[in-house]
Amino acid sequence: MLMVAFKIARRFLSANKGQTALIVTGIAVGVAVQVFVGVLITSLQGTLIDRTIGSSSQVTVVPAGDGTAISDWQGIVDAAGKNADIKAVAPAADCSAFLIKSNRTVPILLRGFNLDDANKIYGIYGHIYKGRRPAAPDEVLTGRELNKELGIAAGDKIELFTSNGSRFNMTVVGLYDLKVASLNKQWVLTTLGTSQNVSGLGGNITSVEMQVKDIFKADAVASDLSRALGRSDVKVLNWKDQNAELLSGLQGQSVSSYMIQVFVLASVIIAIASVLAIKVLQKSREIGILKAMGIKDRSAGQIFVYQGLMLGAGGALLGILLAVFLLAGFAMGARNPDGSSLIDIRFDYIFITGSGLVATISAALASAIPARTTTRMSPIEVIRNG
Amino acid sequence: MAEILKLAGIDKSYGTGESRTQVLFGVDLAFEEGGFNSIIGASGSGKTTLLNIIGTLDRPDRGEVWIAGTRADNLSRNQLAGLRCSTLGFIFQFHYLLPDFSAFENVMMPHLISGKGADDGARRRARELLELVGIGSQADKLVTRMSGGQQQRAAIARALMNKPRLILADEPTGNLDSDTSDTIYKLFRRINEETKTTFIIITHDRRIAERTDRIIEISDGRIRMDIKR
Repeated sequence: MLMVAFKIARRFLSANKGQTALIVTGIAVGVAVQVFVGVLITSLQGTLIDRTIGSSSQVTVVPAGDGTAISDWQGIVDAAGKNADIKAVAPAADCSAFLIKSNRTVPILLRGFNLDDANKIYGIYGHIYKGRRPAAPDEVLTGRELNKELGIAAGDKIELFTSNGSRFNMTVVGLYDLKVASLNKQWVLTTLGTSQNVSGLGGNITSVEMQVKDIFKADAVASDLSRALGRSDVKVLNWKDQNAELLSGLQGQSVSSYMIQVFVLASVIIAIASVLAIKVLQKSREIGILKAMGIKDRSAGQIFVYQGLMLGAGGALLGILLAVFLLAGFAMGARNPDGSSLIDIRFDYIFITGSGLVATISAALASAIPARTTTRMSPIEVIRNG
Repeated sequence: MAEILKLAGIDKSYGTGESRTQVLFGVDLAFEEGGFNSIIGASGSGKTTLLNIIGTLDRPDRGEVWIAGTRADNLSRNQLAGLRCSTLGFIFQFHYLLPDFSAFENVMMPHLISGKGADDGARRRARELLELVGIGSQADKLVTRMSGGQQQRAAIARALMNKPRLILADEPTGNLDSDTSDTIYKLFRRINEETKTTFIIITHDRRIAERTDRIIEISDGRIRMDIKR
């Protein structure tokens, strides 16, 4: 019986190619919009996160209360290293200072890292556009905006003047561009040892910066780490608490994306249900004939469920292709003036496949309403009315 | 011969209240297996209603319908569908073929509906039936591209597909010219003789009725005449 319902459904669709093509196109446009919006918003969020939170510390251990430095910080690094959710750990020694170059004085933040560790968080090495990495104790990197302001070139000598009155001569061995103007202007990067020496921290540091595997779990990872450390002299911060507005913006974006998707899906379902309701009327004569021949009510209904399923699957497949085509076009067309892509389009195959499946299943469910109508149809009506 | 069909005290009305019209009044009829019968009557006499009740497409208000030993008037819709599929074959005036399918596919349909797959045996039988009714060469044509006579022949082949014990034909030649009507009559007769399938033919064509073995005349919802030859 299943086979006969499927065969009849297939023929009903193939016999009216124009109508079928129109319905499939309608569903395809709906699915395409849903997939396009979903992928675009997810990609936009991904890009936004990558370019803001992605290249910064997501969990940070800082001194608690009025403390300004962390001693015995190796224990923190070790504890973080044992946490499987943390992917990068970089102890940092920061110190505010003034940079003096050619009689101009600019406030800066001297940031000292184990550069290999910090590279895993900030991607420093990839952002050095001129010169090399600091190696010797008096070598630093300066950022693009600062370089422009003060006319710094690789190999230039600069002077640092700290709040306690000490002066240090440094050599700019490389120029970096972290793509964030405020950081490029403020941060002067050096080795942990150099910064500890300039700031007078000795063996102490000012923070331990970390990146986690799933940035949306940063708060949970932070509290796990805090518990594992069990120290009262430090506190563990996470980006979610520090960027509540960004987070709520992202969540707002997610919610609006879901809303758009739900409404598009709802319109697809309603369209399928109404189209099939009309098809039932169009085919009432055939249903009557089939019933006179002995087709059971259930099988008569299945004819329309199969049609819904085929229309849904065909529309979903075409819609996904259309969405991929649109997204590829968007990725190629929407670019920054420097040629880099405005948004890194991420094809989330699970989301795309899921959208297709949801549309197909919804189409089959939507067809249940017209399918029920067929059970009320009586062959005698057809016979009597010709 | 055993009885293939028995009707006892069949009443049937349509409408409600003041517009209620009784169409059949206490009809009692029995048909022997293998018989070749006709029911005649003027338009509005109730003959098509009677055929619809025999064919389980309609239910009587009162009375009993027995088909091949099964009481049909109180079966469920699905049980009736099963009974129609296995025991009855319909031929209508307007053929009622499925327009999106070829003649061959239309003939195969009752077999597929019965839940059996499209096996080679069934395919062969469908082709043979189309040959039998004289449209073997048109088997794969869409029925909408066939003439009225060819369509009616395809409908006859379809009615025979599941080897029904009873064929109900409602004005099967009503839409055809006299030559084609004669050919269809001869075809019915041949099938009746070769397969012992019972035929009940509703017609207002007296020439057709006079060539059957039994003529039942219905008038105003009552059996007025029942002649066996």
